[in-house]
This record gives sequence, structure tokens and C-alpha cells, in this order.
Amino acid sequence: MEFQIIWFVLWGVLWAVYFMLDGFVLGAGMLHRYLGTTDGERRVIINTFGPVWDGNEVWLITAGGATFAAFPTTYALMFSYLYTALLLLLFALIVRGVCFEFRGKLESDRWKNAWDTAIMVSSFLPALLFGVAFGNIFRGLPMDGAGYHGTFLSLLNPFGILTGVLFVLLFLVHGALYLSVKTTGELSRRAQVTANRFWPWLLAVAALFLVAAYPATRLYENYLAAPLLLAVPLLAVLSLIATRVFSAQGRALSAFAASCATVILVIATGVVGLFPNLIPSSIDPAHSLTIFNSSSSAYTLRIMTVVAFIFVPIVIAYKIWVYRVFRAPVTERDVIEDVQSY
Amino acid sequence: MDVVILSRLQFAITSMFHFIFVPLTLGLSILVAFMETRYVRTGNEVWLGMAKFWGKLFLINFALGVVTGITLEFQFGMNWAEYSRYVGDIFGAPLAIEATAAFFLESVFIGVWIFGWNKVSKTFHAVSIWIVAIATNLSALWILLANGWMQHPVGYVIRNGRAEMVDFLAMVTNPYGLLKFFHTVVSGYVVAAFFVLGISAWHLLRKNRPDFFLPSFRTGAVFGLASLFLVLVTGDFHAVEVAKTQPTKFAAMESVWETRRGAGMSLITIPDPANERNSVEALTIPSMLSYLAFHRADGEVKGLKDFRKDERPPVTPVFLSFRAMVAMGFFMTLLALLSVIVSFRGTVEKHTLLLRVLLYSIPVPYLANQLGWIVAEVGRQPWIVYGIMKTSDGVSRSISAGQVVGSLIGFTLLYGLLGFIDIFLLAKYARKGPDGDLASFIKPASKEA
Ligand code: HDD
Ligand code: HEM
Ligand code: HEM
Repeated sequence: MEFQIIWFVLWGVLWAVYFMLDGFVLGAGMLHRYLGTTDGERRVIINTFGPVWDGNEVWLITAGGATFAAFPTTYALMFSYLYTALLLLLFALIVRGVCFEFRGKLESDRWKNAWDTAIMVSSFLPALLFGVAFGNIFRGLPMDGAGYHGTFLSLLNPFGILTGVLFVLLFLVHGALYLSVKTTGELSRRAQVTANRFWPWLLAVAALFLVAAYPATRLYENYLAAPLLLAVPLLAVLSLIATRVFSAQGRALSAFAASCATVILVIATGVVGLFPNLIPSSIDPAHSLTIFNSSSSAYTLRIMTVVAFIFVPIVIAYKIWVYRVFRAPVTERDVIEDVQSY
Repeated sequence: MDVVILSRLQFAITSMFHFIFVPLTLGLSILVAFMETRYVRTGNEVWLGMAKFWGKLFLINFALGVVTGITLEFQFGMNWAEYSRYVGDIFGAPLAIEATAAFFLESVFIGVWIFGWNKVSKTFHAVSIWIVAIATNLSALWILLANGWMQHPVGYVIRNGRAEMVDFLAMVTNPYGLLKFFHTVVSGYVVAAFFVLGISAWHLLRKNRPDFFLPSFRTGAVFGLASLFLVLVTGDFHAVEVAKTQPTKFAAMESVWETRRGAGMSLITIPDPANERNSVEALTIPSMLSYLAFHRADGEVKGLKDFRKDERPPVTPVFLSFRAMVAMGFFMTLLALLSVIVSFRGTVEKHTLLLRVLLYSIPVPYLANQLGWIVAEVGRQPWIVYGIMKTSDGVSRSISAGQVVGSLIGFTLLYGLLGFIDIFLLAKYARKGPDGDLASFIKPASKEA
């Protein structure tokens, strides 16, 4: 029993860290065309996350792999039920990954412009699709003993779309704040202004989400059963407010840190509400996928726990080290001088 | 067409596309690491230039290796949900370990290598590409242990309506998986060696920068010859393992219909599956097949007729792929040997014919790698997990043929386009040669940590 709970927590942590890290890359990617007015500025933006984006994306691969190893039934059903949505997500992630490498490889404006557009679209789509997917998971999928009764279009229900918009805005603010820390001068200022401009929208949509979740999902059941847990959504809202306060004070790094906390807490809000479900059924609760009816055997979970407890701390240690190595903001001079940068 | 056929086609296309880029990554990471280490040790800037030049090509290739890998990670759940549910308890573990223990290292330190020229010390910069090389090979280990388990399942029991892991160690030390690992990674080294040899040959034919391309040529030649030796040895042991654990595949590889003791091997064979015989068998070496299968001349080789028709793999593609792979192995060994000889005699530039052959041989190891996978995967049919689950039972139940047709078309177009761009860029930068002014690589030492 307790191993399933450990893995549920780990599962939530993997998703939360993934969104915290890739969220700013997706956000910066969405803004890249708009914030970067010259080729130099656009290169600066790409190079702010150049050293880390692949490492950030691996959190997604790990989240997928961990779902496979710890909750294989959920992995199997979730991925096959959401086939078309995941396919679009894959296409977007594939394009995004090659954009960074290919963009600078030809000195042609048309070439670069095409990749710039591709970066924007392939950053926006994953943000939206992840939101829609998680919105629907919170809501529950129409599944019972006979299988799945939904389609791609049935994912685009109001609550799913609302969550999609929430994710997009969350990452836009997150990415803009990241850029305000990692760039200098005019570009950094523009990024901060942009973050502030999106912030009221984010607050409004977040509030709407918290309200709409009450009729649309069963997330609140856990919170009503143990009101202490309400601290999680409350802290999410507080840290969201803190981002704006820090930003107004011109403390860019603190604002970004608060934004990191916001992303983590937003995901935690959903995950805490889900427990012990991984994917609830919207039509027949007996067919919900829970951490108990979809998990691996105790033996496998034990092995995987040992693996996770050895490797995850090591990964975190060298990731922190790398963020420290590349902590300095990127300037146009750096980009021009460094032959190997993107 | 039904969902099974379409999903198989899609898996084959996406995994074979991934495996265009993977082998070069496996081998070239090691070569670049070696070159940079030589530079750090000797201070000779030609080696730095080599690390930069081959490193740039490495990165263009690496990008596609990364993005095509994600597809595969998702596809088990998307198209093979029944499979994932049935074996996820044991099969999911190596995939998750691969991500935590290898992909993180690889992706984080590639960032350090690309962007860290002025941020970390010279030595640590070289160390970071070594970490990438080791992590890349580690990732191959885990995914091939996973695949090795599908080929020869061990360490599990059937319980609660699925295969559950009972012995992690057995899976990790599965001889089938380990042999697969060794054979596959050294095959990747061959790809990298012929890539370096072929591109160096192109420049040497044009008398471009011999100071740069002669050492590159020698590095590729020596690495290639050593790797080919290992390919042949591991391939031989691999065949023994196949004969022991997957007799149907071995019989298809050699097109053997009748069970025989002390079986001979015909160098020229034409299978005739419709009549369950070979229409031509000539130049037979007595007892050779038994020797290859068991390392014993009197071993008994099982023929296909001993197995139910619906449990035999398609013979012709497996047989032809295997023959072609082995033939290419010997052909490349010859080329690598000649390259090493002329390189140590110092007469490389005189042998224009050899140089031209090497240039056109760049695709040969790529082809041999793809053929190897066809032997391994088509030869395993109709099983998705040999002996315990049929491929047709592994497919997702909730997806429709229309969905898979759509994704198949999408992948084909997207991969086609990206593959085209990637090869175009590789060719462009390979032709361009090293940047003229090597000193420009090294920036003011002030920023050095
Ligand atoms: C023999 C080696 C080998 C084989 C058989 C496979 N791969 Fe692979 N894979 C690699 C060797 C590799 C690599 C060399 O390590 C790559 C290529 C470029 C790279 O970044 O790592 C890689 C990348 C790569 C990535 C991206 C990692 C990142 O973002 O950095 C994923 C998710 C996968 N692979 C997953 C798979 C799956 C699910 C496979 C099986 C169906 C598979 N690979 C077959
Ligand atoms: C990257 C190198 C690989 C290549 C080139 C490759 C090639 C192929 C090919 C050609 C097929 C189609 C066989 C057929 O339909 O007759 C196939 C199927 C398949 N392979 Fe592989 N394979 C690779 C790696 C793997 C690995 C590492 C795994 C497992 C971890 C794997 C699992 C499968 C599965 C699940 C199928 C679909 C079912 C089937 O048709 O057998 N493959 N692969
Ligand atoms: C004398 C030469 C060779 C022998 C005897 C040999 C043997 C084998 C055997 C028996 C398999 C099937 C394994 C299985 O079904 O699981 C295989 C697969 C494979 N071979 Fe070879 N091989 C040779 C040369 C080569 C060469 C030259 C390359 C490429 C450079 C290569 C690349 C591969 C690959 C990528 C696979 C699929 C992965 C695997 O199953 O290990 N082989 N080889």
C-alpha cells in the first residue's frame, strides 16, 4: 500500500517540476517573436534557455516513464485514450526541439523567420494541450467497462479549454519573468512589462478555474474531507500575488521564484484533489483508474523506489550546479562571440 | 488495413527513423571526446579544431535523435496499450531507469558542452563530452535490455492477468539483452567511423586541409577497424544466443526448413517459402551452420517445418536482411583494414580509388544497422514478446484505423521534411570544413573558471 502512495507523490512531483522548468521555456518560446525585435534579441532569447531546455524536457520523459513503470494500466489507457491530443503534442515538441538547433544554421532571413514562427506555434500548442489534457483528467474521462467513449473533440469542453487557457497564461507570465531575469537592458524591461500585462488575466482565469472546478470536477472532495489541505490552493493564490508584488518592486529574481512556486502549487492543487485517482471516470466511478487498481506489483514498486531515491537526488544536484554555471544573463555580445551558441 | 498492421508500420517507421540518428550519436560522441582529450593533453590546436568540426556535425545529428526518441517513449502507450498493460510491470522499469539514469545526464551535459566553452575549465569541458558519451551508451543499455526482454523474457511470472517482475537482476543480466547491447553499440561506432572516414576522404580528394583531415582519417580508420572486429565477434555470439532462445528466428535467418544435425551452410541460397524449401542451395560448407549456431559441428539445427505455420516469421525478408548485414560487415572490415594500412604508411592521398569508395560507403553501415533491426524485429514475429504474447494482441483497443492512418501520414510527412533538412545541413557543414582560423575558437582567457 505505502509504495503506491510514495509513487503517487513522486508522480505529482515529476509533473510539477516538469511544468516549472519547461513552463518557462514554453512561455519564452511563445513570446520570442514578439519580444525579440531583432535577430540579435531573438538569439539572446533562445540562448537564455539553450543550455537547459533539453534537460527540462527530460522531466516529461521521466514522468511518462515513471507512469509506465509504476502505474502501467494508467499509462496504457491514458496514452491510448488521448491518442490524437498526444499526437499533436508530440508533433509540437518535435518541431520545437529542432527549431533551436536549425534556426541559426543558415544566414537567411526567410529561413530564420520560418523557424521563429515555428518556435511560437510549437511552444503555444504544448502549453494549451497540456492544459486541456489535465483539465479533462481533473474532470474525469468518459470510460467504463466497455472502454472509452470520448473523442478528441469531446476533450474541448468548457472546463478543458479553461484549463488550457490557464496553462497558457501561467507559462506566459512564467516565461516573461524568466526572460526578465536572464536578459539585460531594454529586452529585460520589455519582458517584465509583458509579464505584468498578462498577470491580471492570469489571476482572473485562475480564480475562474477554482470556482468552475467545484461543479465541473470532484477535486474538492478531498479538500472538504481534510480542510487543512486547502492550504495548497491558498498558497498558490498567495504566491501568484507575490509574483506581481515582487515585480512591482523591481525584484525580478524574487518574482521569478514566486512564479516557480505558483506553477508547482497549481499542479499540486490538482494532484491533491485527484488522490487516490490518477484518472477518474466521469461516467462510472467504479472504473476510475486509481493508484491501487492500476499500479505495478509491490516488488516492482520497491525496485523503482530504490532507483528513484538514488538517482533523483543526483540529478537534482547536477541540475542545480548547471543552473549556477549558466546563471549570468545573456547579452548580444555573448551570442555573437560564442561560435557554438544557437 | 487494420489497426495492427498500421500500428506496426508506424512503429517500424518511427523507430527506424530514430535509429538513423542514434548510431552516429553513439559513436561520434566518443570520437569527439577522444579528440578534445587529445587537445587538452597535448595543447595541439588541430585536435581542438577536430573536436569543434566533428562536434558541430554531431550536434546537427543529435537534435533529431532527441526529438524522434520522445515519439517512441509515448508510442508504447498510444498504439500498444494492451501490450503496455500486460508487461508494463517489468517492461516499464528499464524505460524509467533509462530516463532517470541516462537521459538527464546526457541532456544536461550536452548543454554544458555546447555553451560552456568559456564557463568551465578546459579539462572539465572535455569531461562533459565524456559524460555525454557515457550517458548515451548507458541509455542504449537500458533500452536494449528492455528490447532484449521482449526477445527473451526472463525474471517474470504470469500473475493477476499480466507478466509481473519477480527478479530484477535476471532482467538486467539477461544474456540476450547484454549481447544485443554490445552488438548494437559497436555497430553504432562503425557508423561514426565510416562517417568520419567518408567525409575526410571527400576533403582529401580535394586536397583540403590535409593537416586536419589526415589525423581525422586515421582516427576513423583505427576506431572503425576495432569496432568492426567487435561487431563480428558479438554478432557471432548473438547468433548462438538466437539459435538457443528463438529457434524460429534462427531458422528464418538461414532459411532452414528441415531439422538437421551437422547442418551445412550454403553460400548461395534462394528461399521458396510457398513450397517450404529452398529453390537453390549451392556452395555448401559442411557442418558450418551447426557450428555457427552452437559453436559445435554436430549441433542440431531446428528447421521451420518443426513449427506451426502461424508461429513462423516471414522468411524471405529475415533471410535476405541477415545475409546482407553480414556481407556488409565483411566488406567494411576490408575497407577499414585498407584504410588503417594506408594511413600508417602515410600514403592515404595517393589511393584515390579507396578514398572514393570510402566516400560512397558512408550509407553502408547505416543500412547494415537497419537490416539488423529487421532481422531482430521481423524475425521475432508473430510474437511481440517471444513465446508469451502475440503482436496482434498487444495493440490498443480504443484507437481506430482512421486515427492511425492520420498519425502515420503525419509522421511520414514531418519526419520526411526534418530528415531532408537535417541531411542538407549535415552535407553543408561537412563540405564547409573546419573554420579557418582556429585561434578564434579560444577566447580571452579572462573568463576561464
Ligand atoms: C541503441 C540505442 C538506442 C535505441 C535502440 C533506442 N534509443 Fe532512444 N536514444 C538513444 C539510443 C537509443 C540515444 C543515442 O541515447 C539518443 C539519441 C540522441 C540522444 O539524444 O539520445 C536517444 C534519444 C531518445 C530520447 C530523447 C532523450 C532526450 O530528450 O535527451 C527518448 C525519449 C528515447 N530515445 C526513447 C527511446 C525509446 C522509447 C526507444 C525504443 C523503442 C529507443 N529510444 C530506442
Ligand atoms: C531503434 C531501433 C529499432 C528498430 C530500427 C526497430 C525496428 C522495428 C521494426 C522494423 C518493426 C516492425 C516489425 C514488423 O512489424 O514486422 C518493429 C516493431 C516493434 N519493435 Fe522494434 N525496433 C527498434 C527498437 C525497438 C526497441 C528498443 C523496442 C522495445 C523496447 C522495440 C519494440 C518493438 C515493438 C513494440 C514493435 C511493434 C510490434 C511488432 O510489430 O513487433 N523496438 N521494430
Ligand atoms: C559477421 C557479421 C555479423 C553477424 C554474425 C551479426 C549477427 C547478428 C544477429 C544474429 C542479429 C539478430 C539479433 C536478434 O535477433 O535479436 C543481429 C542484429 C543486429 N545487427 Fe548484426 N551481425 C553482423 C554484422 C553487423 C554489422 C556490420 C552491423 C552494423 C554496422 C550490424 C548491426 C546490427 C543491428 C543494429 C542489429 C539489431 C540489434 C540487435 O538485435 O542486436 N550487424 N546481428
